[in-house]
Amino acid sequence: MVRSEPPALALESITCTFPAAARDDQPYTAVREASVRVGKGEFVSLIGPTGCGKSTLLNVAAGLMAPTSGSVLVEGAPLRGLNRDAGYLFQADALIPWRSALDNIAAGLQFHGVDRAERTERAQHWLERVGLAGFGNRYPHQLSGGMRKRVALAQTLILDPKIILMDEPFSALDAQTRELMENELLELWSSDRKSVLFITHDLEEAISLSDRVVVLSAGPAAGPIGEFAIDLARPRDVSEVRMTKRFLELHRKIWELLKAEVLKSHVRQKHA
Amino acid sequence: MSGRSTPSGPLMILYRLVFLLALFAIWHALTESGLLPRFFFGSPLLVLEKAARWFASGKIYKHLAITLLETVLAFGCGTLLGLATGLWLALAPAASSLLDPYIKGANAMPRVILAPIFAVWFGLGILSKVALGITLVFFIVFFNVYQGVKEVSPVVLSNARMLGATRRDLLRHIYLPSATSWVFSSLHTSVGMAFVGAVVGEYLGSAAGVGYLILQAEGAFDINTVFAGILVLTAFALLLDWIVTVTERHLLRWRPTSEGARLSNR
Repeated sequence: MVRSEPPALALESITCTFPAAARDDQPYTAVREASVRVGKGEFVSLIGPTGCGKSTLLNVAAGLMAPTSGSVLVEGAPLRGLNRDAGYLFQADALIPWRSALDNIAAGLQFHGVDRAERTERAQHWLERVGLAGFGNRYPHQLSGGMRKRVALAQTLILDPKIILMDEPFSALDAQTRELMENELLELWSSDRKSVLFITHDLEEAISLSDRVVVLSAGPAAGPIGEFAIDLARPRDVSEVRMTKRFLELHRKIWELLKAEVLKSHVRQKHA
Repeated sequence: MSGRSTPSGPLMILYRLVFLLALFAIWHALTESGLLPRFFFGSPLLVLEKAARWFASGKIYKHLAITLLETVLAFGCGTLLGLATGLWLALAPAASSLLDPYIKGANAMPRVILAPIFAVWFGLGILSKVALGITLVFFIVFFNVYQGVKEVSPVVLSNARMLGATRRDLLRHIYLPSATSWVFSSLHTSVGMAFVGAVVGEYLGSAAGVGYLILQAEGAFDINTVFAGILVLTAFALLLDWIVTVTERHLLRWRPTSEGARLSNR
């Protein structure tokens, strides 16, 4: 491949094997020889049945977990330790419960040594950007699920990461809030086009958000089995784009591949 | 609201006072009628008179101040020691594993039996009572801090690390606040234990304090003074508990309300 610019993030033949839980068990290989690349400014979704090792791959990309073999390249340079260029939006609630929304958003700046006055001002600005002006003093438990996700989004984006890793960030939200959040994410993303690696098990979400969808096989030993470029025009509205003919075509094509994997994972879980 | 709902606010306070008066009236009736011997059970009127005289003459304040000083010192030192040890052992698995049986053993031992040893080491002054109080407070705080550090959500930790937190940041902004929140929610128990340490220490040998007053009166078979001492201690314990409740409500305001309600109802 001839390319002047290395991809923002490259996972090269990643294998992750976990030691056996009990003595008679076999070691468990979650991911085998998986390679995924995210170009600069590209929005890539990883989709696969539950338990296929999607989160494992994301943790490897974040540097939170070291792969058994394979390497992670950030803009061409091998990753050592935590991925300092990446922001991570977790599936579960990750806000600090004893800090107000504003202090949560400012946390990253505080860890980076920004003084109080400046970080409060910048956090206030981000609070407004995610539509939570006036909620700065609330503690996480006083916010709704959607509001907590917005705080988490601001908390990550305030550090201006080059790469954003997202692990099914909206899976716990109700359908309406979810569409709102997806649209807001697209709007925030389109303003400065960061590289995004987005994990989901929801095909509609994957297609409506991404430039490219990568399908993972059912675990164990999961890996990419197909890639689809999403050529829908931007800017998109996630609920409108779902009615278009091209969307349905793409959906049918990807689902053909994904369906077999979902069934496999279903059968495996039944017999487990 | 249904007609059977519990009466609220001032009315409940009134009922509670009536209940207290009724208790004293029953006590009075039983001892006056001779059903209970006055020598062993005292007389509520004489008990109240004794307590009132203590406050009127000002004699009690010196003793209360000593008991309070012992309680505060035992609570403060015990909490700091427990906090430091808890943080250290929770973050150092090797040391924790080494010391585990010793900590369990020391916690299982009834520590009141240490009082005579502390009296020999530290004399009959306040130090021996503070030492006893510390041994009681330390373990409550220690186990809560240990738990507090272990219970920090791994997602919150990973998130803080991804946001750029160093090991020191994690200790200061994640582990310590989590641990102190557990310490705060055990404030009632630890303040109570510091108080127990002070009074029991005084009772086993001292030269001042409310426990000392009770010990003296008991030696002279003055049962009314013993009851007066118990009454003053109880009132004082309630006051301490109220202060703790107010503090706790302020410090734990970030907690979800169901839990906050549970705490303030204790």
